[in-house]
Amino acid sequence: MTSTLFPLGWVHYLSGGLLIGSGVALLFLLTGRIGGMSTVFSSTWSFVSRASYFQQERFTGGRAWRLIYAAGLIGGAAMWWLSFGGGQRLSTGVPAWQLLVGGLLVGYGARLSNGCTSGHGICGLGSLQVPSLAAVLTFMATAFATAQAVLAWKGG
Amino acid sequence: MEGGLNVRASQVLAVLASGMLFGFGLALSTMVSPEVVLSFLQWRDAGLMLVMGGALVVTLLAYRFGPLVLKRPLLGGEFGHHVAVMDRDTLVGAAIFGVGWGLCGVCPGPAIAGLGAGQVELLWALAGIFAGAGLQGWQASR
Repeated sequence: MTSTLFPLGWVHYLSGGLLIGSGVALLFLLTGRIGGMSTVFSSTWSFVSRASYFQQERFTGGRAWRLIYAAGLIGGAAMWWLSFGGGQRLSTGVPAWQLLVGGLLVGYGARLSNGCTSGHGICGLGSLQVPSLAAVLTFMATAFATAQAVLAWKGG
Repeated sequence: MEGGLNVRASQVLAVLASGMLFGFGLALSTMVSPEVVLSFLQWRDAGLMLVMGGALVVTLLAYRFGPLVLKRPLLGGEFGHHVAVMDRDTLVGAAIFGVGWGLCGVCPGPAIAGLGAGQVELLWALAGIFAGAGLQGWQASR
């Protein structure tokens, strides 16, 4: 059962998830902040763009801590790399165009929706928000459909 | 801390430590590898369910019981709320996000954290996400 559901094992998934939740929980208990990740991509634009959308208080007010939070993400992953990661740098075989075009849609969509896998999926569901549940079900559905379509198209 | 760089050191350390836990978790759970995320979306490996589930349970407990046990956050300020609205943008945006996620296997957190594990290819995704967020904000400003 577990070997078909989790061919690569399951302990690292669950423990990683618990750590992700601990990060979001620690941020909340210490500072009261809600730590979804996609907002940093809008708030950072507020440093360089005069566009009225980016100059809203919710972006200019939080842009400093969100960048520090993002720096922590990189630092934490680097700590894993140096401790458990075996020193081999990770790489991906997903083509650059797929990463770039996919990223463009991810950035546009997450900001239009005001949340991503962490914003709606962890923080939104974590505060029992019905709109976040609707968002999660929607992006899960289109993500499954797209990934299956790409797989079929590539002849996997 | 809001509004400027003149911030209290304890706040900076708290935010940094929280981000590091998050990033360590993303790397440990291999969510920084697009292949692993795609194998979930292709129904080959259910691991992402455990990652989301584990993260959700801890967050749920903190959001639910933190404000009951503590009057205010330990370092001061107020407890914030995640406010999501049920409107067209939330659902259309989520649908577009899902198409992009299914195409590249990268979402905002792993795009950032992956760099820390030497996953430099994710700079493509990071550039795309940043451009997409820019486009959305520019459109919303018009």
